Amino acid sequence: MRAGARTYLLLVAAGFRQQSRYRLAALAGLVANATFGFLKVAVLFATVRAAGGEIDGYDLGTMSAYVWLSQGMLGSVNLFGRTEIAERIRSGDVVVDFLRPLDVQAASVATEVGRNLFALLPRGVPSVLIGALAVGMSLPTSVPGYLLGAVSLLLGITISCTTVYLVAATGFWLVETRGVQIFYMVVSGFLAGLFVPIGLFPTPLLVLASATPFPSMLMYPVDLLSGRVDGLAALGLVAAQVGWLVATVALGHVMTRRGRRRLEVQGG
Amino acid sequence: MAEPTGEPTTTDLGLRERLAPYRAVLASRVRSQRSYRTSFAMDLGSSLLIGLVELAEVAVLFTAVDAIGGLDLAAMLLVFGLADLAFSLADMCFGHCDDLPTHIRAGTLEVFYLRPQPLLAQLVTSDVQLRRLARAAVALVALGAGLVVNDVALTPTTVALLVVALVSGVAITAALFVTAAGLQFFLVNGAEMTNAFVYGGRYASTQPASVWGRPLLVVFGLVFPVAFAGYLPVVTLLDVPGPAGVPVWAGWLAPVAAVWAWLVAMLAWRTGVRHYTGAGG
Repeated sequence: MRAGARTYLLLVAAGFRQQSRYRLAALAGLVANATFGFLKVAVLFATVRAAGGEIDGYDLGTMSAYVWLSQGMLGSVNLFGRTEIAERIRSGDVVVDFLRPLDVQAASVATEVGRNLFALLPRGVPSVLIGALAVGMSLPTSVPGYLLGAVSLLLGITISCTTVYLVAATGFWLVETRGVQIFYMVVSGFLAGLFVPIGLFPTPLLVLASATPFPSMLMYPVDLLSGRVDGLAALGLVAAQVGWLVATVALGHVMTRRGRRRLEVQGG
Repeated sequence: MAEPTGEPTTTDLGLRERLAPYRAVLASRVRSQRSYRTSFAMDLGSSLLIGLVELAEVAVLFTAVDAIGGLDLAAMLLVFGLADLAFSLADMCFGHCDDLPTHIRAGTLEVFYLRPQPLLAQLVTSDVQLRRLARAAVALVALGAGLVVNDVALTPTTVALLVVALVSGVAITAALFVTAAGLQFFLVNGAEMTNAFVYGGRYASTQPASVWGRPLLVVFGLVFPVAFAGYLPVVTLLDVPGPAGVPVWAGWLAPVAAVWAWLVAMLAWRTGVRHYTGAGG
C-alpha cells in the first residue's frame, strides 16, 4: 500500500514543526542574513549610482527589493546542498526508508519543504521588514502580482529541495557525496543570483545561468515579488519554474529506482 | 639533518619538546590528506572554483560600470587579491575553529581538556586544510595581476606595505575565527550568528569601504576591522582618496587593527572557556 497525498502533507507539517523548535538558530540566521543584506545594499546601490541611477532595469527601489527578498529567502532555499537523506544514503540507513510504505524521494522532499517553509517566518518576513523600514523598496502594485509571486516562491523552495535531492541521490553510486555537495554550493549561489542579480551578468554568463535550475530557486521568485517582472513575462518565468520542477522530480525518480538496485550497504 | 653540534640549551629543548605533539598531529593531518589522492584532487578543484566564483562576483559588477566607490576593476583586483589571500590562509589554519559547536554537542571537547596543552592551541593545530591553498592561489594571481595592471613600482616602501597588509590581514581574519569560536560556547545552536562577521567579514573585506554607511564603517572598519585587510592598504598603495575623514596613509595602521582584533579574540575565547561546563560526555 502506498501513502496518499495526505501523508506527505503531514510530513511537510512535521518538518515545519521540527524547525520551529530551534528559535536561537532562527535568530542567528536572521542576524547573519541582515548583515549580508546591508553589505549587499552598500555595494549594489553604489553600482546603481555609478551607472547614473538605473542599471539593466534596476533602480534603487528594485535593487533594495532584490537584496532584501533574496536575503529573506536564503533560509528557505537550500543553496548549501546538504540534506538529511544524503547522510542516510551514505550510512545505509536509507534501507529502512525503502521498507516504509512511502516514496523515498517524495517523503524526503516533503520534509525539507516543510522545514524551509517555516524559515520564512523567523527569517523571511523580518528580512523584508528590515529592508522596507531601514532602506525602502518597491513591491508589486497589483493583487495578481502578489499571488503569482507567492506561487513562484513556493515553486522556488520546492525546486531547491528536488534539486538537492539529486545531489543526495548521487550517493547511491558515489557513497561519499561531499565533492558533489561542495560543487553545488559554489555554483548554486552564484547562478541563482544571490550576490549579483543575473540581469547584470554579461550575456554568455546569463545564458549559462538560465540553462540551470538555479535562477528558478531564487532569482525568478524575487523578480516576481519585487514587481520587476509582471504580465506575460512573469507567466513565462513561472512556466520555466514548472518545467524545472518536473525535470528534477522525474530525474530524481529515475535515480531513486536505479540507485535502489545499485545500493550497497557498507559494513555491518 | 643539520643539527647544531653540542648540547642544546635547556630552553631550546623545552620549546622543541613542547611543540612536538602539535607537529605530530599536523604531520598526520597532512599525510592523511595526501593519501586519499582522488578526494584531495576534488577538494583542490572545488576550492579553486570557490576562489574563481568569488572573484567573478566582484568582477561582474564592473561589466556594467567603470568604478565603484572610487575604485576601478584594476584597483579592485588588488583589494580582492590581498583580502582573499589573507582569508584563505587564515581559513586554512584557523577555519576549523568553526567545528567547535560540533565538538560541544558531541561531547568530544572534553578530550581536549584532558590533555596538558592549551585548549586553543590544540583546537588550531587539530587540522590544517591544505585544499584552501587552491583558493589562495586564485587570490595570489589576482594580486599579481593587480600589481601589474596598476603599474605599481616595487620599491622597498610598497613591498613593506604589501607585507604588512598581508600579515595583518591574516592576523585579523584568524582573530575573527577565534572570536567566533569563543562566542560558540554560548551560542551552540545559534552558531550561524558568528557567520555575520566571519563570512560577512570576508565579503566586506573584498568591497571598497567607501560605499559603506556609518554603521557598516563602525562594524567592519573598527570592531571587526576587515577594511584593513584589503581596502585601506590599497588606498595607501595607489594614493587614491579613501572614505571621508580617513587619511590616505591609514593602510599603515593595519598592524594596530590586528592587535585590536586579537585583544577582542582573546577576551571572547577566555570568557567562553570559563563559561563552558561540559555535559558529562
